[in-house]
Amino acid sequence: MFEHVHVHPKFFYVKVFLALIFLTALTTAVAYVDLGYFNTVAALVIAVVKASLVVLFFMHLKEQEGMTRVVIVAAVLWLAVFIVITLSDRFTRHWVPSNGPWEGSAITAPQSE
Amino acid sequence: MSTVAVEAPSLPEVHYLNADYGWRSWLFTTDHKRIAWLYLFSITFMFAIGGLAATLMRLNLVEPSGLLFEPASYDKLFTAHGLVMIFFFLTQSIPTVLGNFLIPIMIGARDVAFPKLNLLSWYIYVLGATIFIISLVTGGIDTGWTLYTPLSTTYANTNVLSATVGIFITGFSSILTGLNFMVTIHKMRAPGMTWFRLPLFIWAMYATSVIFVLAMPVIAITLALIALERIWHVGIFDPGLGGDPILFQHLFWFFGHPEVYILILPSMGVISELVAAGCRKRIFGYSFVAFSSVAIAAISFMVWGHHMFLTGQSVYAGLVFSALSFAVAIPSAVKVFNWTATMHKASVSYDTPMLYAIGFIGLFTIGGLTGLFLASMGADVHLHDTYFVVAHFHYVMVGGAIMGYMGGLHLWWPKMTGKLYPEAWARFACLLVFVGFNLTFGPQFILGYVGMPRRYAVYPAEFQVLNVMSSAGASILAVGYVIPLIYFAWSVFKGPIAGPNPWGAKGLEWTIASPPPTHNFHETPIVTEEAYAYEPEAAHVG
Amino acid sequence: MSAEAQSATLVAEQFEDLEQQKSADTFGMWLFLVTEVLFFGGLFCGYCLYRNVYPEAFEAGSHLLKVTYGAFYTVLLICSSLTMALGVRAAQLRLKTSLTVYLILTWIMGAAFVFIKLRYEWYGDYLEGLVPGVHFAPHGENLEIIHHFHALLPHVSLFFLFYFCMTGLHALHMVVGVGLLTTLLIFTQQGKNTQGNYYWVEMVGLYWHFVDIVWIFLFPLLYLIGGRYV
Repeated sequence: MFEHVHVHPKFFYVKVFLALIFLTALTTAVAYVDLGYFNTVAALVIAVVKASLVVLFFMHLKEQEGMTRVVIVAAVLWLAVFIVITLSDRFTRHWVPSNGPWEGSAITAPQSE
Repeated sequence: MSTVAVEAPSLPEVHYLNADYGWRSWLFTTDHKRIAWLYLFSITFMFAIGGLAATLMRLNLVEPSGLLFEPASYDKLFTAHGLVMIFFFLTQSIPTVLGNFLIPIMIGARDVAFPKLNLLSWYIYVLGATIFIISLVTGGIDTGWTLYTPLSTTYANTNVLSATVGIFITGFSSILTGLNFMVTIHKMRAPGMTWFRLPLFIWAMYATSVIFVLAMPVIAITLALIALERIWHVGIFDPGLGGDPILFQHLFWFFGHPEVYILILPSMGVISELVAAGCRKRIFGYSFVAFSSVAIAAISFMVWGHHMFLTGQSVYAGLVFSALSFAVAIPSAVKVFNWTATMHKASVSYDTPMLYAIGFIGLFTIGGLTGLFLASMGADVHLHDTYFVVAHFHYVMVGGAIMGYMGGLHLWWPKMTGKLYPEAWARFACLLVFVGFNLTFGPQFILGYVGMPRRYAVYPAEFQVLNVMSSAGASILAVGYVIPLIYFAWSVFKGPIAGPNPWGAKGLEWTIASPPPTHNFHETPIVTEEAYAYEPEAAHVG
Repeated sequence: MSAEAQSATLVAEQFEDLEQQKSADTFGMWLFLVTEVLFFGGLFCGYCLYRNVYPEAFEAGSHLLKVTYGAFYTVLLICSSLTMALGVRAAQLRLKTSLTVYLILTWIMGAAFVFIKLRYEWYGDYLEGLVPGVHFAPHGENLEIIHHFHALLPHVSLFFLFYFCMTGLHALHMVVGVGLLTTLLIFTQQGKNTQGNYYWVEMVGLYWHFVDIVWIFLFPLLYLIGGRYV
């Protein structure tokens, strides 16, 4: 019935745990070093790596069928679409002659047709 | 109407309706078919409330100075109409009534994946609806169904909080329903029921469930933020405190646009079934129609900014949104072409379900095309917030979604009850709906084009003729909706017995008794034929 | 009871067999986590927007939080994820005592997280006047830090809105998680989780790990903005 379920040894999980602790220490330590803009990049990259470790090994994604991966990728992708497009609106508003976000409309009346 | 059975059909001895008696057997049921009925009664009640609001609105608009209401009261009417119809009627209509009843049967399963969760979804819906109704009767809300900030968060002195709590709760009902359907369709198909043998209704419901799962959580968090801002004045949407009201609109419409595809996709799925059954022919281009449902669901998430063209949104973002809005019309058009191609050279039987389907195809096409006018930024400058928009979305929501719902109810009513409704009355009601609908909303295109804004309780005198036409149409439409209530109820007690397959249609639901037994199938069906496997000769019956 | 008969009693009537039930339940939980991603996602979207519009205010606000708390929570949650994963493993191996121990350890760490957050960190923030809204009034050293970054008070208040909302929503999910663990413990005592249907534990484990992942992102995004080298 459950022959296909692979039970990992305890040390497998401990290894992942140690990696996560190390990465936490790393992200905290890096915060105390001046890398300018790369502080944010480094923090996010490390966070993504930690999340991947949890998803792949603690949540057993490695042993799951393909549909589950599609579902996870879809969730992250949709969130990315949402954030990227919303931010792109905010930061390209000033590309058109206007007074800024709330003082003037970026869509001006037709000037001459 | 062609009949298949030679001997007179009879009701099965034991079926899901009489298998158990008493209020406990209904309120604690986990049978997806009974839960469908629970939803049917609840949403019909909400439809009556939303319809009442619409009636009062149209009555008010008979006079240019407003016949009955001050603008402040009128604001509460159109807000109630919009919120009730969208969040408490249309979102649930086909998914929870027809979807709940049919999805397990169409895929060959005994029930949905999580029957108790299904019942919980209904209770959550009822709780949310109750709270919302309380908020209506204790003063109402006047912000418009779109709840734009900072009106809803800072300036409105109406029941914004209680209304948003009601909607927040109901949203979870939909999330859980979508989740239930997705797992059911993935995991519980009968042996041999491959993805490409599924009825197109299932493809449409699957795509809708994906949207439920991805979009509804966003409105939930957005409503929570409105509540936060309203209670604690924290400034997230308040420009005076550094907030951005447009952020609210992004958050709202990221949900709001996929939401309207939640409303139309199930109806499109129903139309595929109606056309196949009415033409007794395989849907032309099955895989195109199947993939178009998925494409609509996917692209619908990337077009939300077309509601925000006039907000000061970046013109470049607007460009992308406009282009993608044109793109999302393509899969819808694919469906319309495929349905009409199916009808070409087919033997079409003009029973009520088919009449609703034909009505849908025409009215949805008009609604969809007028959406393109609004998707083009230049035209939208003039048409935004006018009655043109109102007409557009009523053509797709009423002429589209509700006609699909009515057609589906008529097609599957014999399956759900074991009885036939009176065909002559049904055709008459369909005609009233069609005529009344076009008379109500056709003039509104013109009204919008010549400049009448939406959400206005008063208007210039020169618009009166069109408004009176619209209100007259609404009264005809109302009658068209009341008549089915009467004959459907009549048919349960006095209607002729339908038998398992009164339409001679293909599909697993037509292979079991009407009404079906509680567990749907006495033994798990093994599917060997393609969907809509009608014999070719049947399509050319003289 | 034979294994087959045992498994037959565990299968709900809508399913054909235990395999289909497990598959459906697990897929259902992953889908639920997707809805949670989008639920938190709305807050992340707002956060991304405002952090880019008011970078100085977000940096200032971040400096008013204590990294010690944040790092401690992260370590605590990672430990609880380990015990949770070991608990799932114990259920797979039908080891009732081990499962109980791991569930209790996870429970304690989850409860400790919520308690320490509310009693010490949030209460401290409240005393320092950092709760957003009309009572937002940072003073003393906090005010100096805000001035140091040239941030405006309403914008720092916005940062704290996101801080309280995101960590609050997360804490709410932790409370639900602790509730789920309580239910699991009761079922384990009744012997239910160690008869081959370990996947209830697995499902709660999925939820628990997800809540941990949310915190993995919240820690750098809220506590470490702009670094601490200043």
